[in-house]
Formats: sequence, C-alpha cells, structure tokens
Amino acid sequence: MEFLISMYNSLPGVAAEGLFYGIFALGVYITYKILDVADLTVDGSIVTGCAVTTVCILYGVNPLVAVFIAFIAGMLAGALTGFFHTVLKIPAILAGILSQFSLYTINMIIMGAQAYLEKDGTNRAPIPMSPTAYASISKFPLIVSSRDKEGAAIVGFIFVVAIIALLYWFFGTEFGCSLRATGANSKMARAQGINTNFATVFGLMFSNGFVALAGGLLAQFTGGSNITFGAGAIVIGLASVVIGEVLHGAIFKKGSNFAVKLAFVVIGSLIYSLIKRVVINIGLDTNFLKLISAVIVAAFLSAPNLKGNKVHKKKKGA
Amino acid sequence: MLELKNICKTFYPGTVNERIALDDVSLTLNDGDFVTIIGGNGAGKSTLLNMVSGTLPVDDGQVIIDGVDITHYPEHKRAKFLGRVFQDPMTGTAASMGIDENLALALRRGKRRGLGWGITKKERASYVEKLSEFGLGLESRITAKVGLLSGGQRQVLTLLMATLKEPKLLLLDEHTAALDPKTAKLVLEATDKIIKESGLTTMMITHNMNDAITYGNRLIMMMDGKIIYDVAGEEKKNLTVPDLLAKFGKGFANDRMMLSGNE
Repeated sequence: MEFLISMYNSLPGVAAEGLFYGIFALGVYITYKILDVADLTVDGSIVTGCAVTTVCILYGVNPLVAVFIAFIAGMLAGALTGFFHTVLKIPAILAGILSQFSLYTINMIIMGAQAYLEKDGTNRAPIPMSPTAYASISKFPLIVSSRDKEGAAIVGFIFVVAIIALLYWFFGTEFGCSLRATGANSKMARAQGINTNFATVFGLMFSNGFVALAGGLLAQFTGGSNITFGAGAIVIGLASVVIGEVLHGAIFKKGSNFAVKLAFVVIGSLIYSLIKRVVINIGLDTNFLKLISAVIVAAFLSAPNLKGNKVHKKKKGA
Repeated sequence: MLELKNICKTFYPGTVNERIALDDVSLTLNDGDFVTIIGGNGAGKSTLLNMVSGTLPVDDGQVIIDGVDITHYPEHKRAKFLGRVFQDPMTGTAASMGIDENLALALRRGKRRGLGWGITKKERASYVEKLSEFGLGLESRITAKVGLLSGGQRQVLTLLMATLKEPKLLLLDEHTAALDPKTAKLVLEATDKIIKESGLTTMMITHNMNDAITYGNRLIMMMDGKIIYDVAGEEKKNLTVPDLLAKFGKGFANDRMMLSGNE
C-alpha cells in the first residue's frame, strides 16, 4: 500500500520526465528509424543541450529562448557527425562515437564558461573543467522545474504535441520525403536525383537538435547540469522507440498514421520512465537501472524475432 | 544525344587484381536510338552504364548528354537526365514507402525539393491511371508498401518511375534477368511499349541474344572492355542468333547466353 501511494505521488514527475525523454526519443527515432543510421552522437548532444541551456540561463537569457539556442547547438553537434560520415566517409556508428567523444570536451568547455556576474556586480568564479562539475540554475526563472511537477508535465506535453505536429508536417513535404527515401534505399534515392549526403547531414542535425532541446528541458527540470548524465542515453532512446513500436504493432495490426507512430515513441518513453520509477520506489539501487534497461531493450528487440521462430517450428512439425 | 568520348576505367589499378573494365570506349547515340548491349561476363557492359549514370567515376574520357558535359556531375545531379532500372528488383524502389510515395519521388526527379507537399491528391489520381495500363492490379492498392509487391511488380513500378518524368536517356541494366521467364516477357513488352510511345533514347543490357535482336534499332556487342560490334537498321533487323555466334565464335558467350539463345 505504501508502495502504491509513493507510486501515485510520483506520477506527475514520471509524466514530466517521460515527456522530456520522449522528445529525446523522437530525435533518436529520426536517425534510427527514418535515416536508418544508429547515431551515437546523442549521448553527447543531450549534454550539450543541458550545458548550453544552463549557461544561457546563468547569463540571464529567457529560459524558453535558452532551449531553442540548445536546439541550434544540437544541430551543430549533428553537423559534426554528418561531416565525419559523409565528407570523411567514416562509418556512421564510428562517426557518432567520435562526435560523442569530442563533445565530452566541448561540453566541459561550455560548462566552464559559466563565470557570470552575480546580481551585486561581483564576478563569480568559473566552473572548473572537471567531470564532477555541477552548475545549479534552480534559483533562476525556468519554464519547467521539479518544484512544480504537474506544470512541468503540462509544458512537456505542449512541447511533445508541437514537435509531433512539426515532424508530421516535415516528413510529408518533398524535402522530408527525400530524407525518408535516403533512409529507405539510398541507391534508389540517388537515382531519383536526391542528394543523399545532404539528406543524411540534415537528418542528423534535425535529430540532434531535438535531442539537445530535450537536454535543455531536462536541465531546467532537474535544476542544473552535469557532464556525465548523458552516458548511455542512447539506450533510453532506443528503449522508448522499441517499446513504442512493439506496442504500436500490437494495437494497430494494419499499420497507422505517421503521427500515431510518433506518439507511440513518446508513450514508450513514458513507460520507460514508469519502469524506472518502480525500480527506484521498490528501493533498488539506481545503478541497477542500466542493466535493467539493457534487458528491457533486448527483450523488446528480440520479441518479434522469437515469435517468428515459434511459428516456423510449428509449421515444420505439421 | 549521348556522347561517350574515350572512356577508360580500370579497377584496382596497380594491384595484382588490376582489371581494365573499359578500354578507350567511344560511342555516340542519336535521338531515339534504342540500343541493346550484349557481351560475356566482365565485358564491361554494366561498367559502361555506371559511367553514364555516375555510380562510378570515369578514369579518363568525357560523358556528354545533349551537349552538356556531365563527366564530373555527381550521381544525384545526373539523375535529372536519366531514368534507370536495375537488375535487382529491390534496388529501384523504397520498400518501406508506398507505391504512390515512390512514384511521387520519381515525379520530382531533377526538381528542387522544397517544403511543398511530397504528394498531392491530383497526382495520386494520375498514378492510378498510369498503373492500370499495366494490368497488374497495382492501381487498386496505390498506398500499399512496395515491400509487399512481387519482383515483377516492383520492376514494372521502377520502369514507370524511370519514365514518369521523361528522361533524356533510359538505362536498363539487365532489368529482366532476375525475373521468371513469363514475368520477364511481360516486363520487356511493357518496356518496349513505353519506349515506342515516347521515342525514348535507351540503352538496354541483356544476356538474351534473342531479345537483343528483337528489340531496339541498334545492337552493340562488348568484349574485354571494348565495343567489338555495332550494328543498326536493316542489317540489325536481319540478324539471327546463329549469325552472331558464327561471327564471334562461341568464345564470347557464356552459358547463360547460350541457353537463352536456344529458346
């Protein structure tokens, strides 16, 4: 009973966090499902979003404007991966790892730029470049904050709806279709006159933009940023995409609208957040979460395959 | 129309695997030419088409279409001039996209792709009309994913995509080779009909000597990276498979060509 009450009380927080990570997962969906590229940049670019938002807010930028600046910073991170992949011809996975690696340092430099003026005019010392460096923005005006979890969930929901609408529109345009064609069959895309390199770079930029935007919202929600929180974020993103997809496949057997598919990515993220909260509330060490996440992703990824095997065996027996 | 000037291509240069794929090949196609290309394995047929499409860069020489030197154009930029159908039915279409969406991509070949709708209601109606001409039943499932279609259906769709926006040059790379004989015949007849209707300039690689003689107004034979025989008009019309074999011995033909020649 106590457990149920604690779960009930944490629901608004779960919803808010699930929605923010849902935006992150939508970014992952663009590369993983549409461009057919497993982009590992996201582990770095989500922190870039965090760091940029934090620094902006410390310098007095409007918190809403700050997340849009984070979006642009994320796009630059995606452009770096795109450059590695299309110009230098480095395989996509390696290109992403290289970006992620370089972003670690870049993010630390951004965080280090947090020397700022206190209200009384004195200069505050810069945050030292260190993996444990943490900058707090909880005293500043924010658009989302863990102090008001219900409000944060509502803001998160508005963002999610707006982003799904934007993606639905974009991937229906001529240019958006050329990105889908590039991911579906790049040879065919080139034969139809599509510049697949440009499409890939743009897709990576777009994706990492949303990833960084999610990072910016999460920084505000948790009240600050630290450099290590992006580690393994890709698994959370993939978990959301995969959970959403399996669920969508089970409910809509005949397929459905693109917007519904995107909504299910966010639903996947909400479910992931809920599982995470259950783990925390039953008193398990949160360090177990990574192992549990890996098991969840593996289970959902393999479920359709294993199901197929069974059918095959039955047929053979008959 | 198409001018190939002294095209050279060597694979793996400077290694033990070095292979001259095209050896100073020059070829001029006139407007409306329908050229069939035959030759054994490794003769350079596909490489020749790849030089035109830009899939591979030329080592030396020039590719000119309608007076425009496209030698250094990347593949996607050349697409404006070209319609292409590949040997593998999976290559020419996007499996995870609908029939209509694939056609919409093809309709915009050579145009700037902006933020207008990727497909309109009006064009969807025109696709239904165009597909119904083939009698494959594709017109009734216009929004179905292409991955659900058979190889023959996908090849017909690719053919329609290649010609939807009339190309200056149609490139067919053994586009019926992966199909069963009945479907291959159907696709080939559809190809011939489309080419005749629009008077398209076409290059068609085939391993079937009968088809090479039956279709088109010109026939080219390749061996060891060179064009060794180029025949057109009346002379081509009167050609027979035994003629070709007598002329060039059995050396050039592989088993596949021999088998299809005896049909």
